[in-house]
Amino acid sequence: MAEPVKLDEQQSVFKKKAMELIPQGGNLDLCFTCGTCASGCPATGLHDMDPRKFLRMVLLGMDEEVQKTPWVWMCTMCQRCIKACPMSVDIPQLVYQARATWPRETRPTGILKSCDISANTPTWSAMGANQEDYQFVVEDVAEEVRSTHPGFEELQAPIDKEGAVFCLNQNSREPVTEPDEMIPLWKILHTVGADWTYPSSAWAGENYCMFLADDDAWRRMCEDVVKAVDGLGCKYWLNTE
Amino acid sequence: MYAQWIREGKLKVSSDWNKELGLKFTVQDPCQLVRKSLGDPVAEDLRFVVKAVVGEENFVDMYPNRSNNYCCGGGGGFLQAGYQEERRSFGKTKFDQIMATGADYCIAPCHNCHAQIHDISEHYEGNFPVVHLWTLIALSMGVLGPNEREYLGDDLKDVDVLEISEMEF
Repeated sequence: MAEPVKLDEQQSVFKKKAMELIPQGGNLDLCFTCGTCASGCPATGLHDMDPRKFLRMVLLGMDEEVQKTPWVWMCTMCQRCIKACPMSVDIPQLVYQARATWPRETRPTGILKSCDISANTPTWSAMGANQEDYQFVVEDVAEEVRSTHPGFEELQAPIDKEGAVFCLNQNSREPVTEPDEMIPLWKILHTVGADWTYPSSAWAGENYCMFLADDDAWRRMCEDVVKAVDGLGCKYWLNTE
Repeated sequence: MYAQWIREGKLKVSSDWNKELGLKFTVQDPCQLVRKSLGDPVAEDLRFVVKAVVGEENFVDMYPNRSNNYCCGGGGGFLQAGYQEERRSFGKTKFDQIMATGADYCIAPCHNCHAQIHDISEHYEGNFPVVHLWTLIALSMGVLGPNEREYLGDDLKDVDVLEISEMEF
């Protein structure tokens, strides 16, 4: 049987730190313990954890357990718990802060590698696609469409077109593994006469550094996206499906 | 955007291709798009587009839905976190939700959702195809080529295929 938690021995360091970082302290102290969060969470029960239990453990100062449970990597931070919560307690931000307490090298390898790969290429592609390869694939596929798809002889898939209205991002999956899957969206944009462009840098739509809770890296990514969009003078940044 | 373009008459979509086929479609409300950013209005637009493309009578909603929809389990890095068994266990909620609609296809207008729902469809042997919305929009305009059908089931591989001319060298 588990030992009872002795409250007077708990420091609640994690809770204090998290409340300083989360807007409005995440309303953490307002929890009614009603369990609405846990009852509608698909991650409830994984590793004997659920949102309500996680929050209670934080509030009870069980810092060691809170910062050790792999459950923080199973919560997708989908925010359904906040939506359901009568007091809008921000459990997902708490999960994010708990992820950030893991020593970087101990965080899940898949996310870590994807973050590191993307942070090392100006495109921020987690699959490591560089600017030249990307440009080649996009131009090659666009040319094939122009020459063989009736009605799309004028189709364009511009890169770095200055002053375009829409700046479009692109998940790495298509250009790297299934380039033909880029075509339907291009056809739609062509049909409506949208003035759009891809940026040559920071076009990748994935953000693993955020999933990794690496604040510095994902801030740099966002800055690069803003730089690319502003640099081209685009009015909108379009995040694709 | 799609909804606006359809309303403005710029995107001439039609659900005629599905009149006789009568394939049923459900749609995943991406958490990122709906609950976390644009809310229920964009969920309504999403339904407007889907219905315009597959036919109103061929759309079946999941329950719960819109801002109240369950996350599929692909987000937040879960797909790359390595906890495969837990991820699929999380996804069972989504799988059951989709199966309850009786739909032949699930539309996933988000890359993470697409990859995750595709995986749980195979893993739990629901065997329903999971498609991007852009694929169906292009299909409904009659401009979807033969090589742009990676995620369509066999029943739609040959429907309204844009005829490709010989490659000129």
